[in-house]
Amino acid sequence: MSLMKFLFAVYPYICLTVFVVASWIRYDYQQYTWKTDSSMLLSKKSMVVASNLFHIGILSIFGGHFAGLVLPHGLWLGLGISDMTHQWIAIIAGIIFGVMCLIGGAMLWSRRMFNPRIRATGRKNDMFVISWLMVTLLLGLSTVPFSIGHANHNDPSVMLALADWVKSILLLNPQPELLEKVDAVFRAHIFFGMTVFLIFPFTRLVHILTAPLSYVGRAYQIVRTKRRTV
Amino acid sequence: MKIRAQFAMVFNLDKCIGCHTCSVTCKNVWTNRKGMEYAWFNNVESKPGIGYPKQWEDQEKWKGGWEKINGKLELKAGGRVKKIVQIFANPNLPEIDDYYEPFSFDYARLQNAPLSEAAPTARPISQITGEKMDKVTWGPNWEDDLAGEFASRSRDANFANMQKEMYKQFENTFHMYLPRICNHCINPACVASCPSGALYKREEDGIVLSDQDRCRGWRMCISGCPYKKVFFNWESSKAEKCIGCYPRVENGLPTVCSETCVGRIRYNGIILYDADKIESAASADDTQDLYQNHLDMFVDPFDPKIIAQAKKDGITDDWILAAQKSPIYKMAVEWKIAFPLHPEYRTLPMIWYVPPLSPVQSQIDQKNLPTEADGVLPKAEAMRLPVQYLANLLTAGKEAPIVSALNRMIAMRSYQRSIHVDGKPDTRALDATGMTEDMAKEMYRYLAIANYEDRFVIPSSKEEERLDDYYGFQGQTGFTFGNASSLGMTNNALFPARRKETVESREEAPLAEPTRDASGEQY
Repeated sequence: MSLMKFLFAVYPYICLTVFVVASWIRYDYQQYTWKTDSSMLLSKKSMVVASNLFHIGILSIFGGHFAGLVLPHGLWLGLGISDMTHQWIAIIAGIIFGVMCLIGGAMLWSRRMFNPRIRATGRKNDMFVISWLMVTLLLGLSTVPFSIGHANHNDPSVMLALADWVKSILLLNPQPELLEKVDAVFRAHIFFGMTVFLIFPFTRLVHILTAPLSYVGRAYQIVRTKRRTV
Repeated sequence: MKIRAQFAMVFNLDKCIGCHTCSVTCKNVWTNRKGMEYAWFNNVESKPGIGYPKQWEDQEKWKGGWEKINGKLELKAGGRVKKIVQIFANPNLPEIDDYYEPFSFDYARLQNAPLSEAAPTARPISQITGEKMDKVTWGPNWEDDLAGEFASRSRDANFANMQKEMYKQFENTFHMYLPRICNHCINPACVASCPSGALYKREEDGIVLSDQDRCRGWRMCISGCPYKKVFFNWESSKAEKCIGCYPRVENGLPTVCSETCVGRIRYNGIILYDADKIESAASADDTQDLYQNHLDMFVDPFDPKIIAQAKKDGITDDWILAAQKSPIYKMAVEWKIAFPLHPEYRTLPMIWYVPPLSPVQSQIDQKNLPTEADGVLPKAEAMRLPVQYLANLLTAGKEAPIVSALNRMIAMRSYQRSIHVDGKPDTRALDATGMTEDMAKEMYRYLAIANYEDRFVIPSSKEEERLDDYYGFQGQTGFTFGNASSLGMTNNALFPARRKETVESREEAPLAEPTRDASGEQY
């Protein structure tokens, strides 16, 4: 099996399987470890700026990837968004949120690296995951000049190839050959991005899965009873 | 009407000597763990003072508790949507330095320092970083007994509407202790602030708990609690709080802080209230009405109609009996000498306080204090501890209930004094405050003698009737999660493991060298 085939036809499934199964196991058996691991109590300085930039940036980027790569192509065409418009939206949104995430992430990374309290109390796992995300982000931002280059030549083929590859994975019909034509930096970014899913269940990233959106519709007070209901 | 029982306490500040035994026993039992070194479920503050954490009473700064916006009760820090928006970084979160940086000392140095002219010193070590600290600049009880300059102390929020400069003078200085724990509020702001729904109030006894498995560490409760009595464990990243010693209370034992109180100032008991009145009680337009509203929620446990309703709502006979014998009911409702701490936060707190009196009494004895016509009761405005200060602390600034409570306590003393000193009862003071002789005698028994069985009237939780399988719960303790009872975890666990050891000096103390005396004998 060629490396291409392993990385872009087998590895995605390893990552997704580990992502789902391990998250499930952790949620089931290790609820106590399922948390944000906030360190804001120990050092609050510039956290309001850094954390907001990082989180809004990274969540928007995730949303953008989902909209552009996973949602059906026909949906965008049906909405009257041509492939070239689509690509320019992706480029501009990617730059804005990517830079937000980069600034916030860099602040968080350096805080974790150099703030004595955070360094002393942090885990290697935390340092690793923020570093991995930052490398993935930097690779993602390095694809922007390539995308601009393609867009300037009115060539959406790379974008469409990437979207088709993602759909081929999700539809259990992997077509790694789609990625042979795209620039190498895209492939590097994809590899790092897929690995985020692989490491996800073993890091603090799991807190995304329990984002407390239901709070918005909840009654303020919670009373629990031990009374037998049967 | 829906009757619920609430485990509640009264702290008699008149007798608190500020010994901190409650804090230490609580610490040893519940927060003697990594990540919680800085946290004191129970602490004793010297008032006036800014307290722990610094200036916790300043809700303009911390945005704790509730407020009324456009006629509706709302969290002061903002509603649910605002909380979600601020979830990436809670701007109101205190930093650990607002409490203090927890420290130990380098004790090993005292034994292993090389020979020197000067005695070796044990330098402070941060329990967060494990590094030596240059200087300890704040602690859990930094202002003990009015330590520090008045300028710092006078930032106390209870000086509101007072000409505080006059209390700077030595002659006018006043001082009291304020022991504080979680108030196990009836309208808890921490529970309302928790996005995950991890904090909850127990229906059976009203104790407010933090579900350690459900807590995700969104840290909204830390700032949401106006008393700053929910703590962020920086090691586990979970919210932890006073658990009302529920493993003890469920078995009919008083809390550790109450049991060990050497001044016998703490009373434990239950009180019945009407749960349907919670929202309207907490929504009073005028914050000064909150104390009365809160009082009106409590129901008379002797009223047959109330008893019938309580039974319908699942309260058992022994709990109703305990509510009838409750010291809390006597002090709060019958005698009206106990008050909630800062009712203006609108959380309906359930740790109530008897205001302190002692300095007033000694002034009366020395005839330094102008008294009312009866020659026994001091004029309220002449008391050493400013009534306005106590009112700011206990009744949102309303002086009348405080004055009445102080007068009743003085009247009880005056009456008892007439019996024991003059040999014949003098009821003038009692009459002036609307008290009967029986009431004064009972107050004397509860406040001055404070017998164990009067202080603690706690019905057990009847766990044995609830469980089918007793052994299924064998080994459950206060803070256990998964396999947390054992230390047998490797450093390379699949999931980030919890580290339990506290940070101490890494240097190990050496064994003592054998020493020889002048004759060469080894000893």
